[in-house]
Amino acid sequence: MRRALGHGGFVAGAVLVLAFLAAALAGPLLPGPDPLAASPEHALRPPGPDHPLGTDAVGRDLAARVMAGARLSLLVGLLARLVSLAVGTAAGLLAGYQGGRTDAVIMRLADMTLAFPALLLLIAIVAAFGPSLVTLFLALGLLGWAPVARVLRSQVLALRDVDYVEAARALGAGRARILLRHVLPACGSTIMVLFSMGMATAIIAEGSLSFLGLGAQPPQPSWGTLIRDGFEYLRSAPWLTLIPGACMALAVLGFNLLGDALRDLLDPQGARGAAS
Amino acid sequence: MRRFLTRRLLALVPVLLGVTFLSFLLLYVVPGDPVQAVAGERYDEAVLAELRAELHLDDPLLVRYGRFLGGLLRGDLGRSYVTREPVAERIAATFPNTLRLALAAMVVAVVLGLGLGIAAAARPGSPLDRAAMVLASTGISVPVFWLGMVLILFFSMRLRWLPPSGFGDGSIAHLVLPALTLGAGSAAMVARMTRSSLLEVLGQDYIRTARAKGLHPARVLLVHALRNALLPVVTVIGNDFGSYLSGSVLTEKIFAWPGLGRYTLEAVAKRDLPAIQGAVLVMALVFVGVNLLVDLTYAWIDPRTRRRPA
Repeated sequence: MRRALGHGGFVAGAVLVLAFLAAALAGPLLPGPDPLAASPEHALRPPGPDHPLGTDAVGRDLAARVMAGARLSLLVGLLARLVSLAVGTAAGLLAGYQGGRTDAVIMRLADMTLAFPALLLLIAIVAAFGPSLVTLFLALGLLGWAPVARVLRSQVLALRDVDYVEAARALGAGRARILLRHVLPACGSTIMVLFSMGMATAIIAEGSLSFLGLGAQPPQPSWGTLIRDGFEYLRSAPWLTLIPGACMALAVLGFNLLGDALRDLLDPQGARGAAS
Repeated sequence: MRRFLTRRLLALVPVLLGVTFLSFLLLYVVPGDPVQAVAGERYDEAVLAELRAELHLDDPLLVRYGRFLGGLLRGDLGRSYVTREPVAERIAATFPNTLRLALAAMVVAVVLGLGLGIAAAARPGSPLDRAAMVLASTGISVPVFWLGMVLILFFSMRLRWLPPSGFGDGSIAHLVLPALTLGAGSAAMVARMTRSSLLEVLGQDYIRTARAKGLHPARVLLVHALRNALLPVVTVIGNDFGSYLSGSVLTEKIFAWPGLGRYTLEAVAKRDLPAIQGAVLVMALVFVGVNLLVDLTYAWIDPRTRRRPA
């Protein structure tokens, strides 16, 4: 922990991530304006004392909307990431431990998933099923399993024959017990790194799809929809795009820095370069 | 090398089958009657009957997949639900523009990325190194579409140096901002990779020998070290080609660039499923092809990688 606090990237990343989490959680508790309340007479106000970040085309307070957007963007990212980690971890453990045909099938499935440019496949899926937040986080989550599975598989391959796993096997422990009680805990730090880096990717993907109109639907504000709405007013009201975009970039930077730092500090093998 | 090539091509078969099957499924997993979904409000019995016959909805799934593959081999991607034009023709018309953009982005990634990476590795720990790496971390984190808007705002609206959007007469001026937008993230990755692999190579014995011979430090860095440090960089650029194709959807929207990405989005807006399917499939196939090229290049440069991975 002391080493972590001396690591510049870790501190910067943790501060950014915690700040956005706090904003997302505290948003509804603060005595601010309603993110959905329109007041056309205050439309397109630049940042000032009444509205610290200005207002949008129908007079909604941008600060309140950015906070509400943080809640949605982080929530979708988190749910998607949990789905990816659950599916990817299960697949990686099974492929690495079982080997043989199971391994081959799982890894070919991973190759197929990774053969698509990710965003395009997402667009196609959302277009086929119709845009909604549930479609979005499920699609995002289910597509993110492959890199997780690859990294964990290689780690399990190394763990399969270490002494304590061998010992558990000799004592007659079943496959499920060995994987869950002995192999999975040893992968904990890798999973943490994959979680942090994957959050960054998921936030960008959610933002991209919402920007294209395929994610969060109006009037729900997510960072992506805010940027989409602001794009029309880029010349007259640039803060409408600049501010939500900067928030998104900072949140992504936070998770990336945190992931990099965790990798340095925990040094799990194989997690390198497996950010997506 | 021939054995490596054979193995690599064989490994491609399940991937190609999977990619085509997934793309194929896209059209058939749509909830409800696909023909209804297609026709939507434009309810016209004649069109519906034509579509039903065209989709062979009564055949088993695998038969339809076989037919889809057969069409694909003849370069037939079906016809658009909306315009009734062959999808393959529209893709052939728009893809060159996307390729042009992707190649320009690659140039940006290589030039900016290598430049920053070399500058950083030349004096590790220096302010220049730190600045370059902060810039790279930022570049990786900034969303493509937002970067595009910031560039338009600054270079087109404030400075009025470059056109904000469109293809124009195909001049370089119209290409600069989209290429920067699309290539920036990749440039950041290349910069990081160049720096770390250069620093690794610079610690090796043959570099010490080259320095001991009294060679100019720049020569050691740029000729002796860079050559070996370039290998991982090639991989990064190849892998990032997928992100150029993905990013082209966003970039083309922002800059009104008439490429395959914009075609895909127009198809999405109209729920024109054969068009979406064709576009996604073509981009996936291009990506698979690029990855194959990267692997082959890699194996050609560095014979050690031809061995089967453990």
